[in-house]
Amino acid sequence: MDFTLSDEQRMFADTAKALFGRTCTPEHWRRQMESGAAHDPERWQAIVDNGLTVMLLPEQSGGLGLAEVDFMLIAEAAGYCCLPEPLVESAAVAAPMLAAMLPQAEVLGDPGARIAIGHPVNPFVTDAPTAAVLLLHHEGDAYLVDPQDVRLTPRTSIDPFRRLFVVEWTPARSRRLGAADWDLALDRAALFAAAQGLGLAQRAVDLAVTYAKEREQFGKPIGSYQAVKHLLASAQVGIEFARPVVFAAAADICHRDLPARARVSHAKIVALEAADQAARTSIQVHGAMGYSWEVDVHLLLKRTLALTHSWGTPGFHRTRVAERLFTRPCGPDQTFARETEYA
Amino acid sequence: MELRYTPQQQAFRAEVRAWLADHVPAEPLEHFDATRAGFEAHRAWEATLKSGDWGMVTWPREYGGRGLDLIEWLIFEEEYYRAGAPGRVNQNGIFLLGPTLIEFGTSEQKARFLPPMASGEEIWAQAWSEPQAGSDLAAVRATASRAGDGGQDGYLLNGHKIWSSRAVFADWAFGLFREPGSERHKGLSLIFFPLDAPGVTVNPIRKINGHVGFAEIFLENVRVPAFNRLGDEGQGWHICMATAGFERGLMLRSPARYQVAASRLSALWQAHRASADPALEAEVVRAYMNADAYALSIYMTASKLIAGAKIGPEASTNKIFWSELDIQLHRTALAILGPLAEMLPEPGEHAWLDDYIFALAGPIYAGSNEIQRNIIAERMLGLPR
Repeated sequence: MDFTLSDEQRMFADTAKALFGRTCTPEHWRRQMESGAAHDPERWQAIVDNGLTVMLLPEQSGGLGLAEVDFMLIAEAAGYCCLPEPLVESAAVAAPMLAAMLPQAEVLGDPGARIAIGHPVNPFVTDAPTAAVLLLHHEGDAYLVDPQDVRLTPRTSIDPFRRLFVVEWTPARSRRLGAADWDLALDRAALFAAAQGLGLAQRAVDLAVTYAKEREQFGKPIGSYQAVKHLLASAQVGIEFARPVVFAAAADICHRDLPARARVSHAKIVALEAADQAARTSIQVHGAMGYSWEVDVHLLLKRTLALTHSWGTPGFHRTRVAERLFTRPCGPDQTFARETEYA
Repeated sequence: MELRYTPQQQAFRAEVRAWLADHVPAEPLEHFDATRAGFEAHRAWEATLKSGDWGMVTWPREYGGRGLDLIEWLIFEEEYYRAGAPGRVNQNGIFLLGPTLIEFGTSEQKARFLPPMASGEEIWAQAWSEPQAGSDLAAVRATASRAGDGGQDGYLLNGHKIWSSRAVFADWAFGLFREPGSERHKGLSLIFFPLDAPGVTVNPIRKINGHVGFAEIFLENVRVPAFNRLGDEGQGWHICMATAGFERGLMLRSPARYQVAASRLSALWQAHRASADPALEAEVVRAYMNADAYALSIYMTASKLIAGAKIGPEASTNKIFWSELDIQLHRTALAILGPLAEMLPEPGEHAWLDDYIFALAGPIYAGSNEIQRNIIAERMLGLPR
């Protein structure tokens, strides 16, 4: 029983944090928002060069064969920097799903190629036009579709870096891959949305702390007042009690049982609640500045809003936790229990 | 990261479970804060625990423990709460002072105080707060003056302590005393005194549940040997903060306590679902998630400590989380009970109301949640004082 991370896991996380910290600064956000560019090719190339797009691919598909627990900190770092590129959905949800069905798929041979996924739980496909292929759902089956062969209608997200599309297509004229594990894709996406939530939350708190140390009112930094301190402390408590759940969910997901699914759902609920609380707190601590376009906190709020309601709403995920609570043994000896051990 | 118990840990769980099944009293004991008889029944239970070497499993064998690690302690606690075993009347000793003694005590002090602590022969109370020193603990006024020439005769203790849990029936107390003339965090020492020593007067204080669970203590020229001082003179504040770290960070409130309560809440909901407000289901799920999150967080903390880290200011987040989850959980239970909520329990019924009233103390004791939020803001987030 051990929650500590390995040196390799920490090393990958440090690499990702340094890379995002260097290539995805608030100045980069601003430039991208002004130019209207969804992606930054240089940044994406650096992500690819550091192996982040192939971590969760099996070795036979040219990947590193790592597990969700290895990618969790990468997703957290992506959240912290509000990464515009769809690294998480493409490399940690769509690509492993495709590899499980078609390990030798041509697109998997290019670590820079992005795969967009149309999951039945989501009304939109994000980043469809810039994807090399689309992985689409029809009656339980997965189809591998060329973006040229579909009709895309853009929808505008409040998150300036998310590109949403309604996809119209004809399954009969597309390549059918067969029955797909849509549940695993949902669990992975929910888990990594939770991990991004941790990063978003901490960034929101960090921005507010920096501001509260500098901004003075009544002759003192506002961060010296307890009313401000307590808001930020409460936001930090939310983060501290979401993180262990995200870690445990990442370690559990491979078991594919109800306790594992419930823990992923728990992680998704509380990590994005922590992000929501932190973002709203951060806006409040920034005062009128926090309500301005100029201060960056609104980007965190918007990403949090998008992730909260995609890949299963809080209500959807709460239902899964309730199912685990009401149909399986609970109690202090059941924290790490598995269904195979219930017999 | 490996979230599975080893075969040895599983065997340990089975051993604890079997022993508890054979020894836990069939009928609940009278509360240790309610009467002297209830207190002594709990002391007898501590002796029974000691007979199986279960007094405090993490302590070294020579002091009455089993030399086990924190994961095994958590397993023990899980089985303990699962079995519905009696509350630990000596929690101030075994969970707070004990770990502090192990860190700061001399080998003579450990040999003197730990074994009777593990066996319940000596039950401890905490004597920190004073009428003018609550959240502002560094404002304590009680003094320890050196007795005799050069202090070879130990100390004379004088002052007024208050809100001391268990002090009405306990044998010993550990308190914070200052060198006369010293101020604030300087000149403080942590000193033990017997509650029946000449010059000690204990007055019970009734709590909102009617129990006389805490007390005020008057000390008038109470003579104690220098042996009763833990750590160096003037090191009291530092030691006190270490104790508070154990208290808030790990030992005072086992996750198992809340996991048992969350399971009980789930059963209550399922029994009343047909007639209760459907919106309460989300609150029941929330209570379960909170208890689970707290357990996972404590396993994470234990992993860090086993890997060599120390408990830091993040201990304050724990205290806020468990105290608030306890209130949310019990408010939900009372909402499910609806018009039955105000009714004192009949024999054999679970005392939701008692647990709710007790939960209300959580944000106050062990350092109020407002103080914890200050600690988080200043020491975790680095905001200015």
